[in-house]
Amino acid sequence: MKKNYDVIIIGGGPAGMAASLAANKRGAKVCLIERSDSLGGILKQCIHNGFGLHYFKEELTGPEYASRFIEEINKTDIEVVLNSMVVNITENKTVTYTNRTEGIKKIRGKAVILAMGCRERPAGAINLCGTRPAGIYTAGLAQYLSNIEGLLVGKRAVILGSGDIGLIMARRMVYSGAKVLGVLEIDKASGGLKRNIVQCLDDYGIPLMLSTTITKVVGKKRVEGVYYANVDENFKPKFETEKFLECDTVLLSVGLIPENDLLAGLNIEFDKITSAPKVDQNMQTSISGIFSCGNALHVNDLADNVSYEAETAGRAAAEYKENGVEPEKFNVTAGNGIKYCLPQKVFKDSKVKIFFRVKENIKNAAVKVVLNGAVLAMRKFLILVPGVIQSISFNSALLTGSVTVEIGVDE
Amino acid sequence: MKTVCIMCPKGCELEITENNGEINVSGNDCKIGLSYGKEEYVNPKRIVTALIKTKSGKIRPVKTINPVPKDKIFELLDLIKTAVIDGNLKQGDIAIKNALGLTDIILTN
Repeated sequence: MKKNYDVIIIGGGPAGMAASLAANKRGAKVCLIERSDSLGGILKQCIHNGFGLHYFKEELTGPEYASRFIEEINKTDIEVVLNSMVVNITENKTVTYTNRTEGIKKIRGKAVILAMGCRERPAGAINLCGTRPAGIYTAGLAQYLSNIEGLLVGKRAVILGSGDIGLIMARRMVYSGAKVLGVLEIDKASGGLKRNIVQCLDDYGIPLMLSTTITKVVGKKRVEGVYYANVDENFKPKFETEKFLECDTVLLSVGLIPENDLLAGLNIEFDKITSAPKVDQNMQTSISGIFSCGNALHVNDLADNVSYEAETAGRAAAEYKENGVEPEKFNVTAGNGIKYCLPQKVFKDSKVKIFFRVKENIKNAAVKVVLNGAVLAMRKFLILVPGVIQSISFNSALLTGSVTVEIGVDE
Repeated sequence: MKTVCIMCPKGCELEITENNGEINVSGNDCKIGLSYGKEEYVNPKRIVTALIKTKSGKIRPVKTINPVPKDKIFELLDLIKTAVIDGNLKQGDIAIKNALGLTDIILTN
């Protein structure tokens, strides 16, 4: 016998939690399904500071940020199902999950919110050359082992990738007593926040080696060292620059991938660049009644923004009417210089905020929303970098066709 | 002195100069950056987040209430490493009072 809900949310991390509260506030009967033994998601292992500056106007650590939401959820009638893994979703919003007490359970929602977060790109996916001894970890896994299990993952570490996870782990490794020999970044610049370069690398004299990558891992049972080299404009190693670094640990911080395996069997419009479903300004996917938010929708920079995005999804999912008529939606296309825009579809409404990432660093840019050659909105930026999501708003009441978001030079 | 403000994710590039004992900060986008710049020039400090052991062997995350001088960070971490706290303490409770005479250290989970 299937149990029915108004909104079923998959994932109890920052996105799922904020969405559940927003949906509940609008009177929806909510079921929040989480695979681990407690809510909080990735925030539980992010014991560093930097969360909540926008959302709560105070600087909090990850667990503190999560607790604010957990406390609110505990005051509501949101049904939280822990230790449960969702294994299937259908287009008619039947969700199948499993756990040790209930076995296999099917429930149905009027709306479903996808808040599964993302996975880390592993060694195989980057064709990391050499052997596979113990001591190679993705940075997030090392963070879990360190901050949740209390383990020392290694004593002499090399970190591949200078995104925020790699930077944060550089400092955490130093704090646990390890020596961090360097952070290697294949690109010409780091994708992490500038504050993290200062407080995680500069503060501890850890070198950031740009245009550099690992060419080979050496070691039989345990990592013994890595060969590394500079790369050319095509990110190919220049072997004449190859050197050896003795170490016992390699941390990989080489990208996050939205965890959307659940959608494989569905007929859903997918954005290859974000590796996630395309959505409209309500975070609704091309399947009516299925919404997406948080890192499952696109890899975010700040948990605060995940919370705002998830509130939109929660609100819309609660207000969603089955068998309602969907308005006409227009495409939002990423123009020159833009890596991706979100939402990818917009319907006529009022002010809509489009989030985007640029492909390369650009100074003095004028970003425009263009409809048939006419500029609907323009925003000037002193600097745009790929590592920071930016936004531009426009009035969607003026929509008559597809729009393009493009970068022009600020004249 | 050129540095980046760490007080929020914006990362404003600061230029800090001294003229006859007066410290000038430029490049900041807000008042918080201004005071950070001045402090960073005179006595750079950091909030420290770390892990502490409970009597049962479990580990829990902590943070300093006040930022501590950079040159005291490792001494503080050593203090935390040797400490053992009561497992019944809750999130927000003080794990170590007045560590190194500089700051209380509280549990963040």
